[in-house]
Amino acid sequence: MLRWPRRVVRFYTDGFRSMTVGRKLWVIIIIKLIVIFGVLKLFFFPDFLGSRYDSDADRAGAVRESLTSVDSNCF
Amino acid sequence: MDELINVVDWSRWQFALTAIVHWLFVPLTIGLSLIIGIMETVYYRTRNEKWLRITKFWMTLFGINFACGVATGLILEFEFGTNWSNYSWFVGDIFGAPLAIEGIVAFFLESTFIAVMFFGWKRVSPRFHLAATWLTAIGVALSALWILVANAWMQYPAGMEFDPEQMRNVMVSFKDVVLSPVAVNKFFHTVLSGWVLGSVFVVGVSCWLLIKRNNRDFALRSIKVAGAVGLAGIVLTMWTGDGSAVEVSKYQPMKLAAMEGLYSGSEGQGLVAFGFVNTDKRPFDGQKAIHAEVSIPKGLSILARHDADAFVPGIEDLIRGYAVNESGDTVYKDVSYARRIEMGKTARQALRDYDAAMKRGDAAAMASAKRIIDDNFRYFGYGYLNAPEDAVPPVAVSFYSFRVMVMAGGYLLLFFIVVAWASWRRKVNLLQNRWFCILGLLTIPVVWICSEAGWVLAEVGRQPWTIEGLLPVNAAVSAISSGSVQTTFWLFVALFTVLLVAEVSIMVRHIRRKAETDMFYEPEK
Repeated sequence: MLRWPRRVVRFYTDGFRSMTVGRKLWVIIIIKLIVIFGVLKLFFFPDFLGSRYDSDADRAGAVRESLTSVDSNCF
Repeated sequence: MDELINVVDWSRWQFALTAIVHWLFVPLTIGLSLIIGIMETVYYRTRNEKWLRITKFWMTLFGINFACGVATGLILEFEFGTNWSNYSWFVGDIFGAPLAIEGIVAFFLESTFIAVMFFGWKRVSPRFHLAATWLTAIGVALSALWILVANAWMQYPAGMEFDPEQMRNVMVSFKDVVLSPVAVNKFFHTVLSGWVLGSVFVVGVSCWLLIKRNNRDFALRSIKVAGAVGLAGIVLTMWTGDGSAVEVSKYQPMKLAAMEGLYSGSEGQGLVAFGFVNTDKRPFDGQKAIHAEVSIPKGLSILARHDADAFVPGIEDLIRGYAVNESGDTVYKDVSYARRIEMGKTARQALRDYDAAMKRGDAAAMASAKRIIDDNFRYFGYGYLNAPEDAVPPVAVSFYSFRVMVMAGGYLLLFFIVVAWASWRRKVNLLQNRWFCILGLLTIPVVWICSEAGWVLAEVGRQPWTIEGLLPVNAAVSAISSGSVQTTFWLFVALFTVLLVAEVSIMVRHIRRKAETDMFYEPEK
């Protein structure tokens, strides 16, 4: 039963071990993901509607309010 | 008001920056994945070790690009939720569904098969490895499909109904969203342009190898594949580009008029081959629109309608309400922009009434308001404009970006005719000529400029809309402070600069290191 999952895990671990240029790339990917999710998403990009309103009805109401009262100017 | 404009402008700049940087990586991934697939297929069929070495070299560059580019698209999704919350909510599942499919397809197809591509050389059969390489290429193209479907819907909203209670557009026809003529054309035009970009990259790097002289055969074989892919790609890109022009003339005639600087249209309309935009020109002011204009007679009518005598409306015609039917043979009086603004304002007022009726629990008043919204919803976004002129996109940017794209595309066609001819006819002396190699290297930035100019045209040309006719940019933004958008804008500048420097330096170092050896006989690690 566990043969397949083990083979898959070994496939990846052996692959990572044998990498040369790839190691640098993984460092870049990991740092990037930490910056994107751990810094940008967490501190700078909250879900505007999700974090301020409890229900979809409230969110719909907020958008309705915003779209019917926004200033009529394009530029 | 100033704060709103600031938020709108900074959010625009931030989104543009993120999209432009994201698009530096994506087309190279699209193009290289196909070229690698072809190279590996040649290896699979011939079992010639040289093709295996070639495949592995380009696959590593593909990996570097993929690693640096992966997840930069996620930032765009963050921006939707934070900076563009009205828009994100308003588009509902129409935008969400393709993006969710894209996420799943990208994750499962790309991450699974890319791993096989890189780790599987000695672990899986050559046949399975080849299948993984092609599935990666298909996965990359499918990822692009869903993003482009979402983008096409913003240019040409179809297959949905607006629900004022949910304040969302609800998808009523998945087929109409996915197979809209704009989506189909956009997909092929974009993916094919990725083939061109990937091919230029391969030819350019191969030219550098030829200058270095250590890997002549390696470079010539690479150029042979890339030359063929590039020529096929540029011809097909131009063909689909022609299709795009026809679609734009039907569904976004204002964009077409702006990209031509055309204010007053005519039958047998010429195409501006050369000229300078008069940036002071405004609709109906009588000023000349293009200085030093040199036109191709009847060119725009042919481009837009495939008919030398077809009428192409200008900005002023469109504002007055003149339009051409889909088959291009009848000019008729459609809804003028002044009337559209009235209808948009009526729809917005009905939405206010709907809200008030909903709060009172008055079902009859809600139904009545809903009917008015439905009757006027087609022009909902016009209700945010003060004057018809507000619906005119920035003419100069549209005009010049179109010409940059077309001129660079024309150059790329000539470039690939020469490259394909020389590589398939074994004109080795030409390909090894130092000046030709320098030209090949210099073509690398040209193709990126061409590709980005195409997107600038597509996105700036549809201003002021985030969703054509339904939601202008100023109504799509969140009620956040411009300061926070500015902060993240500069954070992105820093992050993207680091990423680009990392990508270019790792790539250049890898290419340089390999170029110093004989890549066909270098011992494998």
